[in-house]
Amino acid sequence: MQTIDMATAPLREVNTALQAQAAQTNQTQWVIENPRGAHAIAVGLDAPIEVTVKGSTGYYCAGMNKQATVHVTGSAGPGVAENMMSGTVIIDGDASQYAGATGHGGLLVIKGNASSRCGISMKGIDIVVHGNIGHMSAFMAQSGNLVVLGDAGDALGDSLYEARLFVRGSVKSLGSDCIEKEMRPEHLEILKDLLERAGADAKPEEFKRYGSARTLYNFHVDHAGAY
Amino acid sequence: MEHTPQTKPRDSWTFSPEINAEIRRAAETGIYDIRGGGAKRRVPHFDDLLFLGASMSRYPLEGYREKCDTSVTLGTRFAKKPIELKIPVTIAGMSFGALSGPAKEALGRGATMAGTSTTTGDGGMTNEERGHSEKLVYQYLPSRYGMNPDDLRRADAIEIVVGQGAKPGGGGMLLGQKITERVAGMRNLPVGIDQRSACRHPDWTGPDDLEIKILELREITNWEKPIYIKVGGARPYYDTALAVKAGADVVVLDGMQGGTAATQDVFIEHVGQPTLACIRPAVKALQDLGMHRKVQLVVSGGIRTGADVAKALALGADAVAIGTAALVALGENDPKWAAEYTKLGTTADAYDDWHEGKDPAGITTQDPELMKRLDPVEAARKLRNYLAVLTLECQTIARACGKSHVHNLEPEDLCALTIEAAAMAGVPLAGTSWIPGQGTF
Repeated sequence: MQTIDMATAPLREVNTALQAQAAQTNQTQWVIENPRGAHAIAVGLDAPIEVTVKGSTGYYCAGMNKQATVHVTGSAGPGVAENMMSGTVIIDGDASQYAGATGHGGLLVIKGNASSRCGISMKGIDIVVHGNIGHMSAFMAQSGNLVVLGDAGDALGDSLYEARLFVRGSVKSLGSDCIEKEMRPEHLEILKDLLERAGADAKPEEFKRYGSARTLYNFHVDHAGAY
Repeated sequence: MEHTPQTKPRDSWTFSPEINAEIRRAAETGIYDIRGGGAKRRVPHFDDLLFLGASMSRYPLEGYREKCDTSVTLGTRFAKKPIELKIPVTIAGMSFGALSGPAKEALGRGATMAGTSTTTGDGGMTNEERGHSEKLVYQYLPSRYGMNPDDLRRADAIEIVVGQGAKPGGGGMLLGQKITERVAGMRNLPVGIDQRSACRHPDWTGPDDLEIKILELREITNWEKPIYIKVGGARPYYDTALAVKAGADVVVLDGMQGGTAATQDVFIEHVGQPTLACIRPAVKALQDLGMHRKVQLVVSGGIRTGADVAKALALGADAVAIGTAALVALGENDPKWAAEYTKLGTTADAYDDWHEGKDPAGITTQDPELMKRLDPVEAARKLRNYLAVLTLECQTIARACGKSHVHNLEPEDLCALTIEAAAMAGVPLAGTSWIPGQGTF
């Protein structure tokens, strides 16, 4: 196991070491100590390594991640796992705004709550939030799955494209063009798999599914009031 | 019988035939007019400035013998690998999607032959574009279509787009006709929908956040790539100052004549400032921060001639970017397609319905048949020639002003033909020592 202490090692050194790992590296276990809310920790990784960040992180932890598993034992600041391509990011605490923003793939698990705009503009990422999510989550979400075991705030899924949203608790309000949709067997399968992978103790049948009504996909004057 | 004199029919200035036509169009369709390009209205521009040339107190350089350097280095502030350009003219960001694949290829080929850079757009980076562009700037846009760390690392620079001159405060727009399977695939969207890009970035708000976003991008790319921030001509003094504060290596400033692939006509014509009005405030911001020439300024929006290039540089820019002019050089709006423009209800040079994807010149389209009309190699040759002419013209003026580098051009080499231009450019009205509008921005 490799350990880097951010009390003494600067950010550049941390990321240089992690980014230098090749696909066949045998240094697969890394621990980052004393992150102390630093920004951009473990960004741009591209190897199947496991990084444990012992503490809380600032903005953009695990940004643009590929292949790696990044585990934050504290809470994460804004934009955690933004634009993730693949791999897994697990936050034991809460996540601030824009968690998983624009992510193209991989799995983001937030064991606490996520703030506003969780999954904004997501493009294929899977996000599982054990707690609640804030307002404007999944805004303009294009594809992927957002699973929320708790409640969702205002304007969920506003201007949604093809992403699937699953919420077990209440939804304060739905955004423009977002509607509740039928939960079909294939959706229950997707949900079952995601809940298992995220270590979530919940039954797929307890969730409701939300998606795009697709009425805003092409301009029409009758929909002007929706904007 | 005696003829009674009649009053001549008189069009209203307020309700002109053009205005009335737009009212009727709006009443019929219920939707705003969408088009491509930049502001078409007459605004104070580089045409309203003149160079003074050499005289008793200034020595000119020999036109064909003495060197007038045109090289530009962008990104010297923080980036380990700044971009070296042979000429002070770059190609502005235009998306694959808005433009055809062959058009993007032609831009890459032509820019490379001329020793300058080209730029991606709101649709990700294509292999053709990367392959044909020796220096490629990768735009980082609110939509983040196709954004990925591999393309980020194979770019030569990163341009964070905050706004553009045609629509400061607006996001991109690509209508269903142009969302083909390939375009949709790159953007991760359903085929055939009207795609509206976000106008704000999804994971930062304001310059304090942007500073951290830039840190992240630099950490991902080993601090190698110059990071540009592109802003529309809205509040150029403060936008430039805040871009510097956020950590930009280069500020790209796009005035209202700068084009777009598609947006509302009302947005293009009524939001943002003319390019001429933006340059001096931006340069002042850099000077006030002690960053002029350390953070480079690239100006775009209505650059057409070498005189425009020289004037932008004289006002303090380090380089300019061209978009619309580059498309015209490739063959856009060419009168040889006049009959087809007529069928589309327009004329050559006026055609701007680029969003419809029916471009007779095969440039602003995804139609496979129309696309074939553009030979990327021949179009690249034309672009290269045009870039060479812009550079030669700029050098001609610089030498006449006694400058051994185009960056040595300065406001003192200029005068203005109108009071408006004098005020905006901060140079004296011709024949006077009067610079109107001096004071705070």
